[in-house]
Amino acid sequence: MAWETVIGLEIHAQLATKSKIFSGSSTAFGAEPNTQANLVDLGMPGVLPVLNKKAVECAVRFGRAIDAHVAERSVFERKNYFYPDLPKGYQISQAELPIVGEGHVEIVLDDGEVKTVGVTRAHLEEDAGKSLHEDFHGATGIDLNRAGTPLLEIVSEPDMRSAKEAVAYAKKIHQIVTYIGICDGNMQEGSFRCDANVSVRPLGQEELGTRAELKNINSFRFLEKAINYEVERQIDLIEDGGRVVQETRLYDANKDETRSMRSKEEANDYRYFPDPDLLPVVIDQAFMDAVAADMPELPDVRRARFQEQYGLSAVDANILTSTRATADYFETVGERSGDAKIAANWVMGELAGALNKEGLEIEQSPVDGEAMAGLLARIKDNTISGKIAKQVFEAMWAGEGSADEVIEAKGLKQITDTGAIEAMVDEVIAANPQQVENYKNADPEKQPKMIGFFVGQIMKKSQGKANPGQVNQLLRKRLS
Amino acid sequence: MSLSSDDVEKIAHLARLAVDPADTESLSRDLSNILDLVEQMQAVDTDGVLPMAHPLEMSQRLRVDEVTETDKRELYQSNAPLKENGLFLVPKVIE
Amino acid sequence: MSELHDKTLAELSAGLAAREYSSVELTEHYLQRIDDLDGQLNSYVTVTAERALEQAKSADARIASGDAGPLTGIPMAHKDIFCTEGVRTSCGSKMLDNFISPYDATVVTNLGEAGMVMLGKTNMDEFAMGSSNETSYYGAVKNPWNTDCVPGGSSGGSAAAMSARLCAAVTGTDTGGSIRQPAALTGITGLKPTYGRCSRYGMIAFASSLDQAGPMTKTAQDAAMMLAGMAGFDPKDSTSADRPVDDYVAALGQSIAGLKVGVVKEFMENDLDSGIAASTQAVLDQLKKQGAEIVEISLPNAHLSVPAYYVVAPAECSSNLSRFDGVRYGHRCENPKDLEDLYKRSRSEGFGAEVKRRIMIGTYALSAGFYDAYYIKAQKIRELIAEDFQKAFKQCDVIVSPTAPETAFGIGQKTDDPVSMYLQDIYTIAVNLAGLPGMSIPAPLSGGMPVGFQLIGNLFDEARLLNVAHQVQLATDWHKVTPEGF
Repeated sequence: MAWETVIGLEIHAQLATKSKIFSGSSTAFGAEPNTQANLVDLGMPGVLPVLNKKAVECAVRFGRAIDAHVAERSVFERKNYFYPDLPKGYQISQAELPIVGEGHVEIVLDDGEVKTVGVTRAHLEEDAGKSLHEDFHGATGIDLNRAGTPLLEIVSEPDMRSAKEAVAYAKKIHQIVTYIGICDGNMQEGSFRCDANVSVRPLGQEELGTRAELKNINSFRFLEKAINYEVERQIDLIEDGGRVVQETRLYDANKDETRSMRSKEEANDYRYFPDPDLLPVVIDQAFMDAVAADMPELPDVRRARFQEQYGLSAVDANILTSTRATADYFETVGERSGDAKIAANWVMGELAGALNKEGLEIEQSPVDGEAMAGLLARIKDNTISGKIAKQVFEAMWAGEGSADEVIEAKGLKQITDTGAIEAMVDEVIAANPQQVENYKNADPEKQPKMIGFFVGQIMKKSQGKANPGQVNQLLRKRLS
Repeated sequence: MSLSSDDVEKIAHLARLAVDPADTESLSRDLSNILDLVEQMQAVDTDGVLPMAHPLEMSQRLRVDEVTETDKRELYQSNAPLKENGLFLVPKVIE
Repeated sequence: MSELHDKTLAELSAGLAAREYSSVELTEHYLQRIDDLDGQLNSYVTVTAERALEQAKSADARIASGDAGPLTGIPMAHKDIFCTEGVRTSCGSKMLDNFISPYDATVVTNLGEAGMVMLGKTNMDEFAMGSSNETSYYGAVKNPWNTDCVPGGSSGGSAAAMSARLCAAVTGTDTGGSIRQPAALTGITGLKPTYGRCSRYGMIAFASSLDQAGPMTKTAQDAAMMLAGMAGFDPKDSTSADRPVDDYVAALGQSIAGLKVGVVKEFMENDLDSGIAASTQAVLDQLKKQGAEIVEISLPNAHLSVPAYYVVAPAECSSNLSRFDGVRYGHRCENPKDLEDLYKRSRSEGFGAEVKRRIMIGTYALSAGFYDAYYIKAQKIRELIAEDFQKAFKQCDVIVSPTAPETAFGIGQKTDDPVSMYLQDIYTIAVNLAGLPGMSIPAPLSGGMPVGFQLIGNLFDEARLLNVAHQVQLATDWHKVTPEGF
């Protein structure tokens, strides 16, 4: 029996606003419990919500970025259920009239194929607080700092057919939301959460199978593993004569399996109705225009511009625009050093290597764009050679200072003084009469290679600081 | 419109209210009477009428995105029935 | 020379300004009255004597330095639905019996800044659900006109306290008639402003799209002064109307000659109690005498207002009351064995029977399969009712009717029959559904008991209502009658 996997993703992106969606509390991560939860966030008797303008702008930005219809009129509704991290006993969300309607994104699969994935809708809602289950004997501790943080829930069409496609889609959405600056995309801190709806059906069948919703996935790697596990679980279950139950399942990264969430097994009747404390959100053309004017460059547009403006290949442009942080970094380096090609090589080469080695993201690089630009400028102006630059980079990475500081401290300035180089050339020639003899008697085609020996000697003598170009030039003159 | 004891139990559960079995019957009677009152609504044809969202023709005002709150945890938790280390405590929740 | 408590707010304000007496004297006077008389009425849940005297001292200082306004130094009370910082705010419920509010409602702040002195918090039907003030955790409130009778509800405590002159003015809230009906049953003036006129921030929510705060006073003039202090745009309330507050006091003096008064045909029909009908007619005759023109108008869908209300209000309240879960404040059951137990027992112990009934009706109306038939249907009927009013206002300036179908009934008389209790609001509910301002003023007594006459205005036309009411009160004495023994 051949099976087809059907996957839809629900992504919750925490919007990068300073204050919460319905109150003026801070959204900053990591504060002491309940120090960023005011009367409104705590659901005190008598309090009322007031909508954050920036949250609306973020949603509209996203709508434009995925070519979606932005609703002129959208409505907040209450999703009613009881849970200790939900102080009011309802979550303010949007149901029938979401702020963003149908849109789409394009993903590039491993084989280079481009696939369009539909986005059904995106809506604004408030986040719940956090439950802490350890540490309290027989009790759970509730922290409401997160309660009220604005979320944009992005719902895809069930267009994906494999875990890899799902990951590609998730990464694309991640790229978009970070590019347009509405979300910091930090999956570890929970600013970008993916829930996957997974079902299987016999290949060729039109009717969708029963789906399970997978939660608690906080990395792209786990997203792939969780989906793969679930697909196999469902297929095995059906082939053994069982039926898939529509339920929520948690992904356990340690055991690499999904398991049923007991507490949510009963069907929840959320009794959605328009929140009477809030009025319909009306977005007029002026608002849309203001958002459009403020819109950061989208990834695809930026990639095309990199190719044109900097003469980068499609492959390189793709790598350098993979995340907004990378693209920003590259452009800073490129502009400030005045050489896009060398900037591209260094960002994709040395920098990438160092980041990968320590498992760091480019935002966490100890050498920022400005510092890198400073280093490349010194290569360009011949202060140091490319080879020495690698040494300098290592020192900068270790926190030893700026390029200039390191070059100064370690005395790595390139030797470009003709007289000094000539002196070394003479010394090396004098010290190696046999090689000189061999060189002079050798075939002209073999000579360029043999001159390497003398170059090497001079580099050794100069601790790598002699300008290679001048060394070559002077050697050839002397040896001819 | 008549509500059975079963209906009453389901509704009570959704609303997290405990109903004493001894009261279920009288409660379902009371509720059914209220629903009979409500049934009168069906007498009028409302096809094509837009449900009233708000008495006033207003749209949602937007608030400037700025932090206006300071930490007042002690005051805000002064009515908390059970708390520890700044957290509100509830019976352990198993997920 | 009449007693201090016989004076209107306007008179007291002038007296304070003229230094005939001080705010401290006034406050002590009222505190003494509460002490002497409230045992018979049970209108106060909390008396804040110390705080009141401090506020009175501050008020006196302000008056002395010429920094006072018309409300400065006047002793008043707040319905216990308004959050008052540092003071118990119970909402008439066991659920909040131990709740000391960490903040002030905007209406409380507004009147506090105006310099009013808060004597305490008044009793009310639990969570504002009721028409007789018999559902309060703190016991029933008695009507000063006959202590075997109810004062009406849900602002029954406010009404009784005002009627017995245990304060110079008081605030109430009105969702289906909860200011107007008790005002009618206790012989005082009560105003529910247009929805959105007064801030709802800090006013514990019952039905969010219907609730409104308003003044309850001896006279329309007093109500105008109170409303001036209460009303205004509040950025903390998304449903607050961003429009300037009219000068209610200045508008009081306009003549009502030529005013078109619309009588609701459907409300004056055959089954109207004859005593109420006679009192209503007396006011109509008075209006005619003062130059108004009486026209008959129709509100064809008015009979659907009670059914629609008993879907919308419970639906909204079932959601609004979900926050009472024993976790962050309020009543919590002893030794909950798990989360379910915590919720169910805390809520069932904390809420009374009427509240539970309404939560259940509301939950049912919103539940899957019933939402369209109930909630949406009710909202459509609301739209029809609002349209009825707009059509009617093309033919008249104000609409009038009796406020309540009966005078004050006996305590315990209707508690076994929720529906018959609901029908007490038959004339008032449509006004809330349409968001319009409504007012009740005293009409002639019937059988020795107070009767209320309702005036309904178009959106944001409170000034006109107060004007009409004031003009009637200038020419008549119905509002001056007070209950014996108080």
